[in-house]
Amino acid sequence: MVAFMPPPMVALAQHPMVPQPYTVCGVRRETYDTFTLELESKQTAEFAFAAGQFNMLYVFGVGEVPISISGNPTQPNVLIHTTREVGVVTRAMRKLSAGDVLGVRGPFGSHWPVEQAAGADLVIVAGGIGLAPLRPALYHIMAHRERYGNVILLYGTRTPADILYKKELKQWQAGFRLPVYTTVDRAAGAWPGSVGVVTTLIPRAPFDPRNAVAMVCGPEVMMRFTARELEKRGVKPENIYVSMERNMKCAVGFCGHCQLGPTFICKDGPVFRWNRIEPLIAVREI
Amino acid sequence: METLEAILAQHPFFDRLEQRHLDLLVGCASNVRFDAGQFILREGEEANHFYLIRHGKVVLEIFAGHRGPITVETLDDGDIVGWSWLFPPYRWRFDARAVEITRAIALDGKCLRTKSEQDHDLGYELLKRFARIVEERLQATRLQLLDVYEVRS
Repeated sequence: MVAFMPPPMVALAQHPMVPQPYTVCGVRRETYDTFTLELESKQTAEFAFAAGQFNMLYVFGVGEVPISISGNPTQPNVLIHTTREVGVVTRAMRKLSAGDVLGVRGPFGSHWPVEQAAGADLVIVAGGIGLAPLRPALYHIMAHRERYGNVILLYGTRTPADILYKKELKQWQAGFRLPVYTTVDRAAGAWPGSVGVVTTLIPRAPFDPRNAVAMVCGPEVMMRFTARELEKRGVKPENIYVSMERNMKCAVGFCGHCQLGPTFICKDGPVFRWNRIEPLIAVREI
Repeated sequence: METLEAILAQHPFFDRLEQRHLDLLVGCASNVRFDAGQFILREGEEANHFYLIRHGKVVLEIFAGHRGPITVETLDDGDIVGWSWLFPPYRWRFDARAVEITRAIALDGKCLRTKSEQDHDLGYELLKRFARIVEERLQATRLQLLDVYEVRS
């Protein structure tokens, strides 16, 4: 049994409702519809955050959206976000280039239990763009690999063209320090990997369910099925963590846009224990 | 070297099977090996065997005209390939192709069909075990059909 303490929060340096100006220092295309922004501040040298937290990114004159931080927590001099072009703000964000300025509020929310999971096997399950919020946790885990038992990454995407961070996945695999099992829902022709949903990787994945912590991020349906499969394998629900997504606006629990029953996803989450969030997901009226 | 009986007895698919049934299965089993690219079974052909993959990787494909072969699922170590041998008209509905050297145990489904008619306990045990695989793959297919990663803006 892995004992957990409530995750500590990373304190905000500024007023939570006031965006700080950050300058774009790099834009990288990841896949056909995802990109990574690298940001730096001329006012603060470092942006401390915990793996799993998110920021509110404000494209001036367009709007503000919550985006998970996907950079390395041990390299806080550059703030990194990977996102997908899905709406007006993220499309405008994609058009930014080096030297442009956007507003940043954060970091907000709870984080992955990377410290508390020391000694356990770690099962990281990502679906699609869900790998981005997990990447900071993977950086932490790889930097402290000796603290954990077996660590595996199970990654599912729609097609091979949707796979994020291909270069890093190969690096993480090297030397079997982090076995990565990738599967896609659809593939044609030359794809040499697995085809099938990510849940099908769980039954034979090499971890001890009695002493495993799972961190899951992806579409909500995928997380539900994944959590069930993990439980079927024997992982305790209190050792399964998921990152929830709702319509975050204020990010500090004032506005109620992201309220899910008695919880605010922005303030109490986005990372939740499965046994806490599962009963709420099941209520269709909320 | 592991005997066929030991391999079958240790496989989760045959967990808690009565010894008499296991003995019967061993009598219907043989070791097989497929090279990378070799078809294990082809759509439309008679379905008279099923396979337990020991080591390797197999893709289930359907040939879709000008789109060529489309992979619908990948199967790995420990997976079972083929259940059409159990249901009329006993014809394969998909192609199965090894994508790397694959070692498997082939079980003679035609023989097992006959034995199951004579011994309903055996038939029930086999149906229960295959129904579970069918259910798992149906659930996975439904999730696949949901296309959960689709962009919804």
